[in-house]
Order: sequence, then C-alpha cells, then structure tokens
Amino acid sequence: MSSSPDTLQTLATQEYKWGFVTEIEADAIPRGLNEDVIRLISAKKREPEWLLEWRLKAFRHWQTMREPSWANVHYPAIDYQDIIYYAAPKTKKDAPKSLDEVDPELLRTYEKLGIPLKEQELLAGVAVDAVFDSVSVATTFKEKLKAMGIIFCSFSEAVQEHPDLVRKYLGSVVPSSDNFFAALNSAVFSDGSFCYVPKGVRCPMELSTYFRINAKDTGQFERTLIVADEGAYVSYLEGCTAPMRDTNQLHAAVVELVALDNAQIKYSTVQNWYPGDKEGRGGIYNFVTKRGACRGVNSKISWTQVETGSAITWKYPSCLLMGDNSVGEFYSVAVTNNYQQADTGTKMIHIGKNTTSTIVSKGISAGHGQNTYRGAVKILKSAAGARNYSQCDSMLMGNQCGAHTFPYLEVRNTSAQVEHEASTSKIGEDQIFYCRQRGISTEDAVSMIVHGFCKEVFRELPMEFAVEAQKLLGISLEGSVG
Amino acid sequence: MALLEIKNLHARVNDREILKGIDLSVNSGEVHAIMGPNGSGKSTLAQVLAGRELYQVTGGEVLYNGKDLLEMAPEDRAREGIFLAFQYPVEIPGVSNMYFLKAALNTIRKNQGLAELDAMDFLSLVREKMARMKMDQTLLNRPVNTGFSGGEKKRNEIFQMAVLEPRLAILDETDSGLDIDALKLVASGVNSMRGPERAMIVVTHYQRLLNEIVPDFVHVLAEGRIVKSGGKELALELEQGGYASLGVYDEAEAVGKA
Repeated sequence: MSSSPDTLQTLATQEYKWGFVTEIEADAIPRGLNEDVIRLISAKKREPEWLLEWRLKAFRHWQTMREPSWANVHYPAIDYQDIIYYAAPKTKKDAPKSLDEVDPELLRTYEKLGIPLKEQELLAGVAVDAVFDSVSVATTFKEKLKAMGIIFCSFSEAVQEHPDLVRKYLGSVVPSSDNFFAALNSAVFSDGSFCYVPKGVRCPMELSTYFRINAKDTGQFERTLIVADEGAYVSYLEGCTAPMRDTNQLHAAVVELVALDNAQIKYSTVQNWYPGDKEGRGGIYNFVTKRGACRGVNSKISWTQVETGSAITWKYPSCLLMGDNSVGEFYSVAVTNNYQQADTGTKMIHIGKNTTSTIVSKGISAGHGQNTYRGAVKILKSAAGARNYSQCDSMLMGNQCGAHTFPYLEVRNTSAQVEHEASTSKIGEDQIFYCRQRGISTEDAVSMIVHGFCKEVFRELPMEFAVEAQKLLGISLEGSVG
Repeated sequence: MALLEIKNLHARVNDREILKGIDLSVNSGEVHAIMGPNGSGKSTLAQVLAGRELYQVTGGEVLYNGKDLLEMAPEDRAREGIFLAFQYPVEIPGVSNMYFLKAALNTIRKNQGLAELDAMDFLSLVREKMARMKMDQTLLNRPVNTGFSGGEKKRNEIFQMAVLEPRLAILDETDSGLDIDALKLVASGVNSMRGPERAMIVVTHYQRLLNEIVPDFVHVLAEGRIVKSGGKELALELEQGGYASLGVYDEAEAVGKA
C-alpha cells in the first residue's frame, strides 16, 4: 500500500454495504402534488378536518415560496411534480398490532441491517418505532412506557389517539411557513414519531426510531414531535440506512422538540443514507428542519449528530433558548466522501436570561467531498448574561475536497460572552507514515486519527450508538487515505 | 549472517539522487554511528530503511534478517523489529500517547505470535519504562507529541523504543534540539537498551552524542557515499579536525567551492 501524497485520495472504495431493495408491494399514489393529493393522503390516514386544513394552508404557502439557494450545495433542479408523495407497505389491516403481524419480508430487511427488532426488544432495552417507508409498522415496549404515562407512538397514531396534544404542539416550533422544505413537509408529511413525557417522569430507556427509505422514487416526509413536560427527561435516538438507488431521492423531514420547565431532551442521530456512488450518481437529498424550543426555565435540549450518508445534507438542528437558564447543545460530526456535499450546523437563539449554548462541530472531507459548517448564534436584547462557546474543526483528507465555515454571530446584549474557535487540519502523509513505522496499518491509522478528531462528539452519544457511529465512520472513510 | 546488509543502495527524491551507492553491514549487538555534514544523505538513509515512499530506491539491495527489506511495507518492517526514532516526531492531535503506543505494541506482539496486552498489563509495563526515562506520566494521556517540547518529543521517541523493544533501532539526529541534561537522559535510555540481541544505527551530525552513546563503528557519509569507516576514534578525529579534515563539506559549502 502506498502512502505518497498523490495517492492520498485513491482508496475511497467502500461500497455501500446495505444496498438492497425489499420486495414489498407499495401502496403508492400517482406522482405529483396538488390539493387532491393532499386530501388523499389525509383521507388515507383518516385525519381530522383541522389537520387537513393545516396541510392545505402549508401547501398554499409552499406554492408561493422558492427553493432556497443560499446553501453551499449544488444539485440539478428537483421536479416536485415527478415525486410520489405517499407510499405505505400493503398490510391486511391498517396497522399491525404486534411483531407477529409485521410482514416477514420487512423483518428480514431489518435483520440484514443488523437491527433485528425482536432482539432489540428483548436484549437492548430499546423501544423501536420502526418507520418503513412512511407508515410505522412496529412499536415495541409501548406497554411498559404506557404504564409510566409516556406516549411513544407513530405520528398517525398520535393524531388518532392524542389529537389535543398533537394540535397543541404541531408547528409550534417549526411553523408550517418556516422554510420551503418545512412547508412541503407540513403539506405532505406521511408519518413519523410522537413522544410525550409527562411531568416529572424520567424516561427509563433510550427511545429509538430506525427510519428507512425503501419504495423507489418515494419522497420521505417524516414528522417527529417530542414534548418533555415539566421536569421530564427523554433521550431519543434516530438512525437510518437505505437501500442502493440510482435516482436521487428527496427527504425533507421536520423534527420539533419542546422542553418545558426543568425538562431535558437529548436527541441523537446517526444518519447513513445512501450517499451516491463513487462518481456521485444517486444518493439521498437530505433537507431537514430540526428545531427545539427550550420553553421552560432551566430546560435543556441537546442535539448530537453523526452524518455520514446522503448525497446532499442540508440540516441545522437548532435551539430556541426561551426559558431563563436554559441550555442548548449541538455536537456534530459530518463526513463527506466521494462527491457528497454537506451544509450543516446549528442556530442558537438566546432569548432568556443566563442562557448558555455549546456548539462542537467536526467536519471531515475526503475524496471530492464538500463540507460546510454554517452556524448562527443570536443573543437577543433580553438575554442578559448569555454565554456561547463554539468550536468548529475541519479535517481534510486528500487534495480535492473542501471545508468551509460560515459562523454568524449577532449579539445585542453587552453582558453576553461569545467564544468561537476554529481549526483546519489535514491527515498528513507524515502522520500516516509515523503510525506505519510503529506497526500500525494505514487503515488503522486513519481510523485512529479520525476517532481522535471526533471523540468530543462521540462521547455525547449513548453507548450503543457510539459504537455504531465509529463503525460507520470507518466504512465511510475506508480507503480515503492511502 | 549480518542482521542488516546494505549493498550498493541508490535512492532519489523527485529527480535528485541522494544515496549514490551505500554499502553497510550491521550485526546484532553492534552500534554504528553514521556521521556526515548536512545534505550528505544521513536522514535519507534512515528514512529509506524505514520504508518512506517519498524516497525512490533506484538500485541496490537491503537484506534484513535475510529478507528483502525493500519489498516490505513500512508497517511490516516495524512489526519485524525495525524502529526509527524520528528526527522530527510527528504530532497526532486527538490520539492519546497511551492508546497509540498500545496499538503499536499489540500489532508487533501479534506478529510475534504473542497475546495482546490488556490495558492493565500495558500500563504497568509502561510505568516502569517511563520511570527509566524520567518522563512525566501525564504525557501518557496527552495526544501523541502534541504540545510537547522539543526535548519531550525526543524522549518520547526513546520511550517508545523502550516499550517496543526493536531488533534494529535507527536514531535519526536524536540529539538535535536537546540541552545537555536532556541529551544525557536520552543517551542513558538508549544505552540501557544496548545488548547482544539488538543493533543500533545512530545518525548524527555532531560528535557530542557519541560521547554518551559510544559506538562500535563510525561511518562518514558524504555526497551519498560512505567515504570513511572506522572505530569510535574516528568520531574524535572529526571533532578535532571537522569534516573538512576529511575533505568533506556541507552541501552548501561544497556547491560554493565548486
């Protein structure tokens, strides 16, 4: 194996390991988007009138909006009339009541991914709300959670069973008119997860959702809403893989978090959607709006993300720090290899007094990958004593990739303290040679250096996720330095 | 059979020929000093032996323990017992010294068919070696060479050598940048590792290191060739007369005279 500088980017060869398509008949509606399609989606899900109206309002607003072009990503124009907006796996009844009722083909898919539901249910102590295409097919541990008053179910189910809660909080953090993709999602969202943790309850297990895009050419429009009532705590894991694809797939999810007084929400993501092939063909367009509102005093929301997949990532998990003494955190590792592009970061909006936020962003670029950190820290006039610490580090592997940093700071209160640190480094041929001279192979050396670079973020992840994240990073970067 | 047998070795970097026919034979138990002015090819020789691909070998052969060394990848050379103490030890931010060294030791042990050491065994081994190098134990938890002073970096190299116990240690200008106390410390670390099972090649510009690490043989390298070999007294000769006494000059001076 060579380690000369001009071969630094030659290895990038790890094929997407999880590219397979499950043969399940999809219950899809025709391509394109108009009010009838939205009515059809709403009807299929037997939604109440207010929700249909909410969708239609979002759709009407969306029609007046333009796709954003400020992000540092480049892709051919998306034909929104050439997308299928709803697909559900065909099942005999509307929803299976237990794992036994789940399509065995579907369960086998999860097994191939190494996330057997049954084993998870039994061993891992993780309740899984599995989203396959757009309809939730299995929800586990629900009974146990129910006994504590915790609601954890698919979004559709929540609309049926807990309409008041949904109506109260839906769109309260990310309004349907927030941005182009959020408006689109609000109009056509198919399903997702809902979680409500009541006053004073600490959720005893990590709640986990495995998203998966499967039916060909189906856009995915997930909607997640998590509410932690006063003094509640919940840790939520989101992870995903997708089968190999030729055509680009649009994914425009919305996640809303609400933390009331003294509540805490920890939201962790490992994102591993199909990134496209080595030439940059195919791959997921991941245009996601994630935002959390620390509404209550002493509340805390922390986002941790490991983004290794998708052809294009456009994503800024943010915190609105409204309650006094509330805390927002953002820990991110974003990897771009081959022709992947990522424009990701966060917004921390300080509104309440003595609010604090921490941003730790680690971008790794390899191959022809382009990695952009874009972050905004706003200290409003009301936010006396606010503090922010931001750290943005970029690592380059090879000579053809790029790293970009766009930090925006807006401080309107003179008592605020804002710190920003940034660094750019390169995995050098000299580092690799030093490791090899000590007997450590190139692959191991890269993995060691990259893990060292990312460890401040990894240690924020729940244990089982940290292991998966390290593996993913290895797979994503295998062969990037030679 | 010699542990290391270098025959007519030629190497270049880019289009510049640096080694122009090196012959050298090193047996187990011997310490060879390679001296020479700047630009004579000393460091190139050290790097070529370690397998740095920046340098292109254009001729000759190198046998290590009877094997064709030039065919081996750098990590395989390391696993077979070749250790290079770097002139400029490389910083690896984010990777702890301890983690790095444990990974290195375990690949070498694996290659020898030995069981990998667990964290506890490793730690007790390392503590003992650190004490010998009078190294601050907190260096273990710091990232590899990152923020180390020049002296700490050099000591860290010798400490690594003590842990990895190579069969052939190549010390590339280990004395550069060291004050006299640090030099003595490094030298005593090196001396404590001398033994019949181990050979050393000590590359240095100055004689002062050789007062501390007394070599069995001294070779003078100039313009890519060994121009003179002798016993330890050759180093003293050089100290008195300088390289000029042998008709040997720094590359820059040589160009000036041409």
